[in-house]
Order: sequence, then structure tokens, then C-alpha cells
Amino acid sequence: MFLINCPYCGERDQQEFKAGGEAHIERPKQPTELSDDEWAEYLFMRKNIKGVQFERWNHAHGCRKWFNMVRDTSNDEIKAIYKMGEKPPSQ
Amino acid sequence: MTKNLRVKSSEYIDETNRVSFKFNGKTYHGFKGDTLASALLANDVHLVGRSFKYHRPRGIMTSGSEEPNAIVQINPNSNITEPNVRATEVEIYEGLEASSQNCWPSVEFDIGGINNFLSPFFPAGFYYKTFMWPSSFWEKYEFFIRHSAGLGKSPTTNDPDIYDHRNVHYDVLVVGAGISGILAAKNAAKNNFKTLLVDEKNEIGGSTIFENNEFNKIDSKTPSEWLKKEIEELKNIKNLEIKTRTSVAAYHQYNYILARENLTDHLEVKDKKNKIRQRLLKIRAKKVILATGALERPLIFNNNDRPGIMLSSAIRKYSEFYGVACGNKNVFFTNNDSAYESALSLYDKGINVEAIIDIREQSESKIVKKVKEAGIKIYWSHSIVDTAGYKRLNSVTIMKLSNDGTSVTGSKIPISCDCLGVAGGWTPSVHLYTQSGSKLKFDDEKKIFLPNQNTSDQISVGSCDGDFKLNEILINLNKKIKEMLNIKQTDFDSIKVEIDQENSKRNIWLLPSDKPLGKTKPFVDYQNDATAKDIKLALREGFRSIEHVKRYTTTGMGTDQGKLGNMHALGIIADTAGLKMGELGTTTFRPPYTPLTFGTIVGRNVGKFFDTFRRTPMNDWHLENKAKFENVGQWKRAWYYPINEETMHQAVQRESKAARESAGILDASTLGKIDIQGSDASEFLNRVYTNAWSKLAIGKCRYGLMLNEDGMVYDDGVTTRLDENHYIMTTTTGGAANVLGKLEDYLQTEWPELDVYLTSVTDHYATASLCGPNSKKVLKKIIPNLDLSDENFPHMSFKKANIGNIQCRIMRISFTGEHSYEINVQASYGKDLWEKCMEAGKEYNITPYGTETMHLLRAEKGFIIVGQDTDGTMTPIDLQMDWIVSKKKYDFIGKRSLYRSDTMREDRKQLVGLLTDDPNIVLEEGAQIVSELNQSPVEMLGHVTSSYFSPNLNKSIALAVVRGGKDMMGKKLFVPMENKNINVTVANPVFYDEKNERLNA
Ligand SMILES: [Zn+2]
Repeated sequence: MFLINCPYCGERDQQEFKAGGEAHIERPKQPTELSDDEWAEYLFMRKNIKGVQFERWNHAHGCRKWFNMVRDTSNDEIKAIYKMGEKPPSQ
Repeated sequence: MTKNLRVKSSEYIDETNRVSFKFNGKTYHGFKGDTLASALLANDVHLVGRSFKYHRPRGIMTSGSEEPNAIVQINPNSNITEPNVRATEVEIYEGLEASSQNCWPSVEFDIGGINNFLSPFFPAGFYYKTFMWPSSFWEKYEFFIRHSAGLGKSPTTNDPDIYDHRNVHYDVLVVGAGISGILAAKNAAKNNFKTLLVDEKNEIGGSTIFENNEFNKIDSKTPSEWLKKEIEELKNIKNLEIKTRTSVAAYHQYNYILARENLTDHLEVKDKKNKIRQRLLKIRAKKVILATGALERPLIFNNNDRPGIMLSSAIRKYSEFYGVACGNKNVFFTNNDSAYESALSLYDKGINVEAIIDIREQSESKIVKKVKEAGIKIYWSHSIVDTAGYKRLNSVTIMKLSNDGTSVTGSKIPISCDCLGVAGGWTPSVHLYTQSGSKLKFDDEKKIFLPNQNTSDQISVGSCDGDFKLNEILINLNKKIKEMLNIKQTDFDSIKVEIDQENSKRNIWLLPSDKPLGKTKPFVDYQNDATAKDIKLALREGFRSIEHVKRYTTTGMGTDQGKLGNMHALGIIADTAGLKMGELGTTTFRPPYTPLTFGTIVGRNVGKFFDTFRRTPMNDWHLENKAKFENVGQWKRAWYYPINEETMHQAVQRESKAARESAGILDASTLGKIDIQGSDASEFLNRVYTNAWSKLAIGKCRYGLMLNEDGMVYDDGVTTRLDENHYIMTTTTGGAANVLGKLEDYLQTEWPELDVYLTSVTDHYATASLCGPNSKKVLKKIIPNLDLSDENFPHMSFKKANIGNIQCRIMRISFTGEHSYEINVQASYGKDLWEKCMEAGKEYNITPYGTETMHLLRAEKGFIIVGQDTDGTMTPIDLQMDWIVSKKKYDFIGKRSLYRSDTMREDRKQLVGLLTDDPNIVLEEGAQIVSELNQSPVEMLGHVTSSYFSPNLNKSIALAVVRGGKDMMGKKLFVPMENKNINVTVANPVFYDEKNERLNA
């Protein structure tokens, strides 16, 4: 059970949060211009990395804000947390 | 014949407080402070159970939670009996009843014992190999296996006890209250860290509390004396909380720890009443200090499992702590010095120690010298090759060990004895450490796994970190806690420790016998009856991974998770396969460390607290009027309202007719309601719904369909424009929370530039839906001054009004196809609104109807229910709802996916109506649909999603999804059922009032 430092509320138990998959996958601005393959890339393809992964999380039972997390999926170490729209930490 | 083996008085046993208890129906006596195990041993009872597979007689092996054999059933004759309890952990109380498990008809005479003689037929993987074929026989095999095996009996009635959960936060959590844990906790608390010290036993002090080896001294005192003084001082320390009888079950990441606090199990029945039995502590600790100690290893030799064969350290604890001798004629078998301490403990109390068999060539330690001086016979370089005594050990046979330790030589020497203490060295208890995700390394010299890489702020101290000698323990502890707590000094910086320095050990994982391995039974896992032979067989059959060998042989798979034998299993695998133990890895220790009761896990979340119910403001009225309820998400919704002895079918038929012929009323309060405001609200709706919203006039309502980005239907509902920048959206009852979440996600992450604010107002409003040709008249009576003409208040429009002083929002919308109104008021007026409607509707025989009638009425109209007629694979096109998908809008959620090659296939499953050729047959929802009857196998074309007998059409109707169904209008299909085939015809899904004339009736 992680202890997650919500950028708006501070440290809270993982059960207050919902994981939202890989981060930094932007919804295409002009979906109709995309080929089936390009749209499928956005819609279905996820990296599912063993190691350092950028993820979206939501403080669902708290402030309900979405934010980003950098997590090492091999040992669940949370390396960084930053707000939506902020630049991801370089490493 | 019962002997009393109480040989010493002990401060932990209250001999003035005699306790009687029953074991296997016989009454025994012990004292307050005894465990079931110590009390039985004091009565010379060793035989307490039968093993799982061979049903071999088994005795008490240990004195703690690692016990593999002495597993008992508590209150065996009660319907709240509890299985799988370790006799070594049960504190006796007046009236306690316990019995052996795994034996029938009795522990003394066990039918399954015949398996022992058949054991050549029970090799490793026996169950896998034998019972897999022929597969149709599995049911018979299962019956046989369950009958003769099975670990204990389950209780048959609800658990009457109270259990609790509590969240707690500490700066420092110390697990294990031996000497290391006590000193660590004391110094943490003294330095202003809020500290919790937990121990699974009823007394703190660990094994040091009865450590009287005269060659070990702390500040010139015996370790026991010194530690008792330290414990005395704990009482005056602020910031320190101590919980005994508290066992850590799980150590999760980020120092999240679950511990079970046992509050009443040790009390007499009358004192248990109305008290919390066990509490699950959910602990978050900034720092964790593991002081979980070490477990003594047995030795693996032929027939090493007979009652009377115990761990040497357990014999010592029974002798020193409980004052009980485990035998009259004792023998020890060892590979290190610790057995000598146990031998002396008995010798000092005048108990016979016949011999010590030591696989080492010699030892020069002071304690060995003292044993020699006492005249106890020591057999150096010897090993036990066999033991005898079926229900109780009566002798051991020893032989000389060869120099390389792989064989035995010379003549056999029999030694008569009734108790054998085995001492195979110590295994650090790293279970919790590894649960936390931290990694171990193998110490080749000590032959132990040690903590290596910590993943959280934690340290391991004492023998769980591989320090076994008192001086090492204290020096390393001092250093480690200073570093962790960042403190300059501790209160034991200047203590003087003297110890008996000698520390020699000879490690042989599997001791040889004069017989070939195949003819011996050297048990590695006592609880699951896995022998060294089974492990070697598994290796010969090609198993290499420790995890595979473990599962194939069931080694370490019992309720004790192989706490005693896992290291030997690894050692034997490594030796046999010619590998290094460090390379082999270790098995994973999983929570819980010791079994937990279900009660502890669920805590207070039982009965009506199991799940949260949501009830509407009209709920009391539904109850008073005998409604039957159904669960929709967490809501309790009125399902139907039977009158007198009506069946559900009768009630629903009556309600459905009434709603179409005169007036019906439905409690629609559970529909999700989201208040949407902001200057971009219209644009936002344009993006989330498939249809266009910009041109919706203020005061108008519109039905919307929401897709997932993959093009599949996600939710639907009517949204009303209350003002220029203000909408109220309704969602399905079950989808409300998810829809809000999804909308918030898009707003926060994809379209943060939109000026839109969402508020869930589901619980703020109560909604009564009036429907039927007389609904207008009913509403007119309640709100006489509101113009209800079609011109002023047409279908799909909205009005604000007052009912008396109560403000309400009224939408003229319909889910039944009838002229109807949804009246929304502040939730607290919901029941009042409902009663007013009922009163006003009396002259029209207004009929309350529930969700079942609502479903029937909308099915007559072919309206879908998301989640019933759709399943996450249906596009709006599949639903024949092309009309709601805007072709003009550039984009909306899911739009692009509607043009994927797969979603555009013509032969997708599509929503159609089905009519049975016999109008009285009602199809089963979920029934499969085929086009051929005499073909096998036959393709399943689809299934029935909704099916009812329509009282308004006087025939059976159904909705179904059928592959390519759109082009099958009028086609004959079949619904094959268990006993008959039903002929059906594909039809238009709108069965009733296709022209929507009734909306304005
Ligand atoms: Zn938050």
C-alpha cells in the first residue's frame, strides 16, 4: 500500500487514489486526420514498462485532482510527483 | 497414568491458579500462564495430531508460532469451532476444549495411518500424477481426498465475536520484544520518537528472559536478570506503547504494516463476553525496526518426526519458562553448542539426560566442558540413523559419521529415551523483511539468508540480522539504532558483556543413514509430509526452480509456510544439483506470517456494515407499502409493489398496464445528476456526447449518448439546459460516479482551457416520475397555476415551479413512451412530494411501479438500458441508433473509432427485436441464438438481452444482439434451451406505439 504525496493534499494512503495508466499520451487534436494505425497507436498502445514509468494518478477520494507520478514498477519506488501540465523531471 | 512433569516453579506460571481444560475429550489440569502445549507436556502428552498425508502420529515440536505439528481444533464440538490453531500459541483458560485434527476416528487409532504403510505409493507429485487421469474421475478422487485429508473443520454458524480495525501512526515501530527489540524501543522512545513495540507472545523478553547460561553475563548479571531490570524501566517511559499478543501479519511497502492484536482469546468464556476479540492494527510507521529473532532448525534424519522429538530450544523454554520437563529420559542431537544449554537446563533440575549426539568432531567451549564434568555422555562425530516408537519415541539408534559426513560406519548403538532435542543451528526470521520488498543475500559461512537491500526506512537487529552471540547483538544494535535515529548516545553504550566464545558448527543438510535413502523417512516439511526423498525425486524428474520443487513436493506449502524446513529443502536441492545455495534463491514468504481469522480481516464490515447502502428520500414510503427492493449499484431501489399475495409477475403486469392506461409513479431519485456550469458548458457537451448541443434552447431537454474513446456506448441520459451556461445532466444510476470521473478527467487533462465546472448533485434532489395518459391531470392538481398545455410545456422541455413553498424543476421527458413528467425537489422534500402525487392521483388510481415495470415499459418501446442491452462492445450504429450520431461535428469522444475498419464491419452484433412464434413463451435473458438446429457445432449468432411478457401487447417481447441482425428483419431463428428449441422471428425493436403518438396523448 503506497503512501502517495498528493501535490494538493500531502501524504495520503493509496486507497484514496485511482491509477489512470500511462502519462503524457495526448489526445490527438485532429483525430479524423489520422489513419487507423495512427489512431490505434493513441487508443491501444501502452508501454507497460518494467522499470521507471510515467503514470497518471487521481486523488479520487480526496481532492479529485489528476496528477503525474514517476514510479519504478519493479520495486514500486515513487521517484517523483508533479502536477498536470508540468514538465516531467528529466531523470 | 498421567504423570506430572512440572519440575520447577516459574514466575510466568501461576501455580495458585489451577486451570482445567479438555483435550480430545479428556480433562487435564494446567496453570494460568500455560499454553495448551506446555500444559499437555506437563501431563506427559506428546501425541497431539496426525500428519497430513501419511497420518503419522505427531507431537509438539516447538514452543512458538512456527509449530508445524501441534495444530488443534478449538471448541471442536461447537458450531463456532476454530481450526488450525497452534497448541503452542493457545493460552489455556478454565473450560478450554481442544482436539486433534487430521485424524479419524481418534488420534490414537487413525484409519488414514494406513497411508503410512502405503507410502511407497505416495511419492512427490502423487496427487498430480494419480488423480489427473481419467479426468472424469476427478469427482470421485476429490471425495476420497477430502474425506481422508483436510485441515480441520470449519465453523458452521456466523462468528458471534466482535472484531475491530484501527489505523495507527508511529515514528518507530519495533517488531519483536526480545532483548534487541526492547533496547531499540526504549532508546527510540527516550529520544522523543513515538514508538510502538509489539510481540506475539504474552510476555516480552524473548528467549533472553530465561537465559541463564552462567558463561554469558551483562554487567556481571545473567542476561535474564539484566533484561528484567530493563523491562522494569520501560513502564516509566513516555512515547512508548507496548502491545503483547500482537503478531505482525504483513509488512507491505512504504512501512505499512498489518498486525493482529489478540485481546480476549486467553480469557475465560465469561470474561470474553461483549469484548473485542481481535483487532487488526493498520500501522504506518516512519521507521521500522525488525527484531524478529531466529528460529531453531531441526536436523533431517531418518524418522525424525516421532512424538517426543522436539527442537532443543523448545525443550529449554518449556523447562525454564514453563517449568516443564518434556521427558524423563532425554537425548540431544546437535551440530552446535546450543543443545548443551538445554541439556544443562534439564540436568540442573535433576532430569535425566542420557546422552548428547554431536555431529561435530569436538567443541572446546566452556558449556561443553561443563556438560562433560556433569558426566553426560557425548557421542562426537555420530549421527542418528533411525528412531523407534510409534506413538511416542522410545529409542534412537546412532552410528559413527564418516569424515565427509555422507555416510555412517561402525556398529549401531541403541539409546533408550522418551524425548529427543534436536539442534540444527539458527535461521534468522526474515519473513517480514522480505514481505516489505527488501532483498536477501546468502551468507555462505553461516549458511543463512541475511537482510541485504532495504526498500524502506527500516533496519533488522539482533538474530534476525544474523547476530547470534550476545556481544555481537548488543554492539551492532547500538551502532544501527544510533544511525537510524540519528542520535549520539544510547543508555547501553557502556555495558560490559562476557560470553562463551566458542561458536563451532558443522552443517549437513541431510544426515546419512545405514539404509538407502529410498528406505528412509527424513522429513523436511512435517506438516505436509514432504521428505528429502521427495525433493530428490523432483530433481530427478527435472524440476530445477525452487518455486517448482516447492509446489511439486508441497514443501513449505502448509499453514506454517515451512518455517522449520525451508532451509533444509534449499540445502538438499543445492547439494543434489551441485549448485551454490546463494544462486538458488529462496522461496517467497507471503503474508500472513501466521494464519489470521476471517473475523480479523473483515473487522466491523459484517452484516449491514458489509457494504454501504444508499436509500432514496422516499424509501420509508416504499417500505410502508411493502415494496420489494433490488440492488442497483449501492442503491436499494423499489423493484415492484406486490398487493396481497401477488407474485412478481402479477405485480409487474398490473403496474405496467396501469402506467399505460391511467397513471403510474416511479421513484427516479437514484439517476445520476451532474450540474454543469461555465461559459464553455455547451462546447463541453458537444465534445462528450455524440449529438450536437450548441443549438439546444434554454428550457429544453435532449437525450444524449456518451461513448468511450473506443467508440463503444458508455452511458446515456437526458440533459436539460437550465440557462445560457448552466445544464443539468442525468446519467444511469450505476454509471453516475464513473461518468463524473471521466468528465473530470477530460476537463483536467485534455481540455483544461474549457471554462466548465462539474458538481455531483445526485443526492441533492429527489425525483418522482409521473407517467401515463392521466399524468397531466395529476400534475395539474398539484400545481394548478402551471400551464401544462403542449404549446407552453411540450415534450422535451423544462419548467420551474412551486408546489406550495417547495421549489421544483419539472422535465417533461419520458422513458416509457407515455406522456410523463419528472419532478425534482430538494431531497428532504422527496417523501412529501411523493405523498402529494399519490394523494392527487388517487382518483386516477395512480399506481406506484418499480424498476421491473420501468424495464418492461421501456422494452416495449425498444429503449436500451446501457449495461443490459450493451456490454462495452456495442457502438451506437450496432444499436441502430445512427440518428443520434452527429455527422457534422468535427470531433467528440469516440468519434474517430466509429470509422475504424472493425467498428464498420457489417456483421457485427446488432440490436434487434425478437418475437417468439408462440406469444406465450418468454425467452430467458442471456439465452443463445442460432440459425441452424441440425448442425453441430453451430455458430452462436448472439444472445437475448431483455425479455418480458408485455401485458399491453399481450405477447412475449425481447431485445437481442444478433450478428448481422440489422439485415435479418423477419428472419426465423432459434433459441435452443435445455429441453426445447424456441422458434423466434427477428422484429423491429420498437414494439409499441412506433409513431410516438402517446407522448402527447
Ligand atoms: Zn489531493
